[in-house]
Amino acid sequence: MKKAPFLGGYAILYLLFLYGPIIILPLFAFNDGRIVAFPLNGFTTRWFTEMFADAQLKKALLNSLTIALSSATLATVLGVFAARATVRYRWPGKPAALGLIMVPLVLPEMIVAMALLVVLLSIGIPLSIFTIILGHVLICMPFAVAILTSAFQSLDRSLEEASLDLGETQWSTFRLIVLPLVMPGILSSFLITFTISIDEFIISNFLGSGQPILSVYIFGQFRFPAKVPSMLALGTLLVLFSICMLAIAEYFRRRGIAKTGGKDTGGFL
Amino acid sequence: MASSQGKEARTGWLLISPPAIYALLLLAAPLATVLIYSVLTGGRGEIGLPFTLSNFAELFQKPIYQSVMLRSLYVSLAVTFVTVVLAYPIAYFVSFHVSPSKKALWLFLITIPFWTSYVIRVALWRTILGYEGIVDSALINIGVINEPLNILSNGMLSMIITLSHAYAPFAVLPIFVSLEKVDRSLLEAGQDLGESRLMTFIRVTLPLTMPGVIAAVLIVFIPTVGDYVTPELIGGGKVPLIANLIESQMLKIRDQAQGSAIAVAAMFVVGMVSLVFVLLNRRFLGGQK
Repeated sequence: MKKAPFLGGYAILYLLFLYGPIIILPLFAFNDGRIVAFPLNGFTTRWFTEMFADAQLKKALLNSLTIALSSATLATVLGVFAARATVRYRWPGKPAALGLIMVPLVLPEMIVAMALLVVLLSIGIPLSIFTIILGHVLICMPFAVAILTSAFQSLDRSLEEASLDLGETQWSTFRLIVLPLVMPGILSSFLITFTISIDEFIISNFLGSGQPILSVYIFGQFRFPAKVPSMLALGTLLVLFSICMLAIAEYFRRRGIAKTGGKDTGGFL
Repeated sequence: MASSQGKEARTGWLLISPPAIYALLLLAAPLATVLIYSVLTGGRGEIGLPFTLSNFAELFQKPIYQSVMLRSLYVSLAVTFVTVVLAYPIAYFVSFHVSPSKKALWLFLITIPFWTSYVIRVALWRTILGYEGIVDSALINIGVINEPLNILSNGMLSMIITLSHAYAPFAVLPIFVSLEKVDRSLLEAGQDLGESRLMTFIRVTLPLTMPGVIAAVLIVFIPTVGDYVTPELIGGGKVPLIANLIESQMLKIRDQAQGSAIAVAAMFVVGMVSLVFVLLNRRFLGGQK
């Protein structure tokens, strides 16, 4: 490797910029002062106690977990269909169908949310957690399809053919051979879409019925300066949680690549 | 083989139909509805015939619409410029100066912040940049300044900083992918033929990675135009962008026809700007061949 002290230094600065706000989270979450500013006042865990005592927050967390579990499951299942169809079979209209599924990636989310809202209101479907799930599946699906397509692509076709030659049916081949091999991809798709759903704000805000949702609740609380420290405590836990989820997803992704004998070409997206 | 091809197509369609029907019902149909609504006659909480173009005419008559649209474009173009310019060197560093076994780890490090709660990251910038916030108090404490800077009072600047931070990883990944594809022997050839490192970069590496740069531009530009959280939390609602305008038209004024027209106009502008970038890229590549 060539030495590049200038670029190396820049890389460190860039990471500091990226991680700056995230480092601030725990720093002030444990700081004994209601005002978030320097100098630090000493160590306290009272913001965490205050956060755990918040009944609204518990409700919001429960709602968000319900939404994220359902959206991640549905998006991943639909993603398996789409990935299998595009990788394994040839059929006319493939670019159009796939393009439509991937559209939410290149459309401002506000427009997706408002379009859905207009339709839901006009056909009289009441807003609820269910309508949030409908929206989340839509915006999670492109990510699931992208992750799962690469998982299906690294699959060796001859394994399937061998199984069919040995007398297994299409379905049993899929269940016994294909599914176990792409399982790491499925898990990493589930974890990624779960994280996206937990974090998502616009759809949760506009397609909800006023029930507390985690991201919406956080958004509201930041308007009251007195609530900021306990939100930083919550943020600290959420960041830790996200990093764990990602590390697990990355582990499965790599194991999937190793299983199918592929070469690692980098992270998500 | 025609029958087996037909069978393959049928299986493919059967498999794609659940996700495709889902996207048709919950994406294509709603977007079509917005398109139709934008040419209907609307009022407070009501919408109906006859068809009219007055919603679009209003967009040109009332200066508020144009100023918000221009502001949205200005903010997202500035954010796009900043993120892409900052991202290129880091992508270059990871692609050219990090050993292959550590590349995945670097990309992982760069993408982690992106996966942490968006609302919290944006709200954090509010406490960082605010009056006597983290930047002010830190600088006053070490004696660099005496008076608080209160960067937050400059809504546009604060929004650009916040969004540039939020979308940074989006710009790194496509540029990295295109850098990875550059044939290293071309660079050696360039240098063997007497070009300096810098000239090799400008004449070989940069043109070859232009598609990645354009992809980065689009992937940052499109979502930032529609950002809602940042203007609310950072701008304090005083510097609305297009998403906030759509919201207030749809939900506060409850004129769905006018709101739809703004959404359609926004999609049109985003589409046009994206098309310009894509065409620039094509022309650029065309010149190479």
